[in-house]
Amino acid sequence: MTYAAKNLTTGGRELIAFRVGDQEFCVNIMAVREIRGWTRATRMPHAPSYVLGVINLRGAVLPIVDLSARLGMKPAEPTVRHVIIVAQVKSQMVGLLVDAVSDILTVRDEEIQPTPDISSEFEKSFARGVLAIEGRMICLVELEAVFPQEEREAA
Amino acid sequence: MDMNEIKEIFFQECEEQLAELESGLLKLNDGDRDPETVNAVFRAVHSIKGGAGAFGLDDLVSFAHVFETTLDCVRSNRLEPNQDVLKVMLKSADVLADLTNAARDGGSVDQARSRQLIKELEALANGELPQASAAEPAPKAAAPAPAPVAAPPVNEEGFQPVAFSFEDFEADEPDLIEGTCYEIIFRPKSELYAKGNDATLLLRDLSRLGAMSIHCDMDGLQPLDRMNPEAAYFSWKISLKTDKGEDAIRSVFEFAEWDCDLDIALAGGGAVDACEELPMQPVPFDLSMLDEAAAGSAEEEVQIAARDRAAAVSAAETASNVLQMAQSSTRAPAEAQKNATAAANAAAQQAASAATPTIRVDLDRVDRLINLVGELVINQAMLSQSVIENDTNGTSSINMGLEELQQLTREIQDSVMAIRAQPVKPVFQRMSRIVREIADMTGKSVRLVTEGENTEVDKTVIDKLAEPLTHMIRNAVDHGLETPEKRLAAGKSAEGTVRLTAKHRSGRIVIELADDGAGINREKVRQKAIDNDLIAADANLSDEEIDNLIFHAGFSTADKISDISGRGVGMDVVKRSIQALGGRINISSKPGQGSVFTMSLPLTLAVLDGMVVTVANQTLVVPLTAIVETLQPEASAIHSFGATQRLISIRNSFCPLVDVGRILNFRATQANPVEGVALLVESEGGGQRALMVDAIQGQRQVVIKSLEANYTHVPGIAAATILGDGRVALILDVDAIVAASRGQSLKPEMSFAAAG
Repeated sequence: MTYAAKNLTTGGRELIAFRVGDQEFCVNIMAVREIRGWTRATRMPHAPSYVLGVINLRGAVLPIVDLSARLGMKPAEPTVRHVIIVAQVKSQMVGLLVDAVSDILTVRDEEIQPTPDISSEFEKSFARGVLAIEGRMICLVELEAVFPQEEREAA
Repeated sequence: MDMNEIKEIFFQECEEQLAELESGLLKLNDGDRDPETVNAVFRAVHSIKGGAGAFGLDDLVSFAHVFETTLDCVRSNRLEPNQDVLKVMLKSADVLADLTNAARDGGSVDQARSRQLIKELEALANGELPQASAAEPAPKAAAPAPAPVAAPPVNEEGFQPVAFSFEDFEADEPDLIEGTCYEIIFRPKSELYAKGNDATLLLRDLSRLGAMSIHCDMDGLQPLDRMNPEAAYFSWKISLKTDKGEDAIRSVFEFAEWDCDLDIALAGGGAVDACEELPMQPVPFDLSMLDEAAAGSAEEEVQIAARDRAAAVSAAETASNVLQMAQSSTRAPAEAQKNATAAANAAAQQAASAATPTIRVDLDRVDRLINLVGELVINQAMLSQSVIENDTNGTSSINMGLEELQQLTREIQDSVMAIRAQPVKPVFQRMSRIVREIADMTGKSVRLVTEGENTEVDKTVIDKLAEPLTHMIRNAVDHGLETPEKRLAAGKSAEGTVRLTAKHRSGRIVIELADDGAGINREKVRQKAIDNDLIAADANLSDEEIDNLIFHAGFSTADKISDISGRGVGMDVVKRSIQALGGRINISSKPGQGSVFTMSLPLTLAVLDGMVVTVANQTLVVPLTAIVETLQPEASAIHSFGATQRLISIRNSFCPLVDVGRILNFRATQANPVEGVALLVESEGGGQRALMVDAIQGQRQVVIKSLEANYTHVPGIAAATILGDGRVALILDVDAIVAASRGQSLKPEMSFAAAG
């Protein structure tokens, strides 16, 4: 019995794992609407550097976020091999540019370890926990923390 | 369809009727004395009452009934609809709306207010004419009325027949009337009475059309102990000689047409004489029909069962009322004739206005259709593009077909968009109620003038407009206008005016709210802002900047918190809700002369005619309505102005040059104007600017797509669209760009990254 199948029978949750740079992350599969290839985005004025722009998702305007840049790593240089994970965060849809989708994981809640006590508040704010699976370290990303919905009005 | 669905339809209709009622009353208030206006008002209340009766909404029925009685006095010229009368009526319309809402949502109503108005309405009806209430018997009581009235003398129960004659309703000399002879068979069902209609009233209305003779068929009548007071047992056979058409007859039964069987036929081929010679046959009357009706309305019956007893008790009373009415109806023939003419005119107009049938559609379905058509337009554009790229033969049949397709698509799109577009009228009408209420509360005299009520805008915008508008109207009356004493002292009329206008401008809807009050007290606003640490004590602010301070959160210039305002909902909320709609709001105020609030809102979901341009390798769309002209700047026309500004001279006037690419932060340095194209635009403030773009690709109709749905509002960008190649292009917000070029910040107020 594979690792995933073993957990599915015990009522675990499913996560989609993906690669950004040389690190692995995952998000809850329930938030993921679809996975598609990279298409050129239209630039947005005054956008934060990690917002690559917007693309047309069957008639809807979808903002694309470079997850690598968002997490404070090297900004991605998107190629046709890059992948966009279309995720739903509350009522909005957002496209996450990642290097590749690697796995679908089924894990039990107790397998998710708390985020290690690291110095950076920034990493702590978007990491909901870490998983140790087959010798890999996968960080569970809190989508809502990465893309805050309720933007505060500038004072 | 279950009961709740039917009820929901009733409430939707109520909303329409209430709007009709209010607009009619306002028309009357403005001096309109058209009988049709009065009729429309009466009809509205009557329909609400009828529906409410069917659903057992007692409060609503009883109020509507009193209201209707008073309106009937106006309708029959027994009560002059002067300002005082209309004031009561407008308030009654408000209460009726409240009662309807309460019936729908289960909320509570201000009982004291409705009781007070019932008294006032009754006073109006009785004060002018003591008999008024007799003319309109209670609707529920009317149901069993025919029983005692027309019971045959041979009744075993020893029932005394009550004499009842329609003679008084007939024109005096029927033979003198030229016209066609109709034979009408009118068989009411129980529902007719359950909805508060009265057969006698219908017959009376009918009698106004011409000479008629009526024969009542009472074969279906049950012995008293088996009689259901709610059921209908009689039918009437009517011979009517009239010069009006069949439509006029049908319009008499307009409210009742679903609740009765109505046969209208030409008697004897329409010969005038045929009327008199008509042999009187017993009217076939099928009792099983009654049973069916009773079964269908079983649920209704449960609801109204409580009132059955009361109705039965009052039956005798009603009968005497009817009798009284018949006896007291001693109008001069001339007047009867006049009334008949008026009724016929009204009927004709009614028929004309009813000529536009409507259909109720779920908004989601329309939305889906609009989205699909949007996709169709994009696909059509994509197709055109690829055909142009692949087919060099300009006269090919493909090109011709494509052109036709383009035209069709555009027409489909226009039609589909028109489905959602609605006039702002309902919202404006709601505002007149707010004005009345606030004026009452504050003891001010206020007149609301509305203009451009028929300006159409998308339904979603209309729905979201009510809240900010309500707040602003409240502010205008409560804070803006002075008390009558102060106004007189200032040399103004005691009555303040609030003006609400809507118009289309540059592909947006502009709504203006102006009052002729005291204007913004800038000293006070300034002091308040200093107290609240919004500005420094020595800040040097322009008048405009001070006015705009009232949009800050928690800012209220009211000295004390009143019922009306100051409950923590400030102009900041108004501004935010307007912005959420993709709109802007501006104030201009003149001390002593009043303030003007201008809201500019997009016609969301609408299609936009745009100029597709290239800026810093990006494709942008500029709304065509904003563009005055395009020009190719020559080096000699460009003038530097200070360190950063440049002007372009156009026919000897100088216009500031704005590099769109620079202002949107697409490039770090200003482009060379000679290499680009200048779009001369006119902004809302009236100022002209020359927007520099790199190149013009062409004009195209584009579908507006929301950026806010998945992203956030981007300053300088109105919305997005999808071009023929499937890529997203941004639509420029020209006004914001112009404002930014004036030095106002184009920095996002809300930022996608703010919390990161």
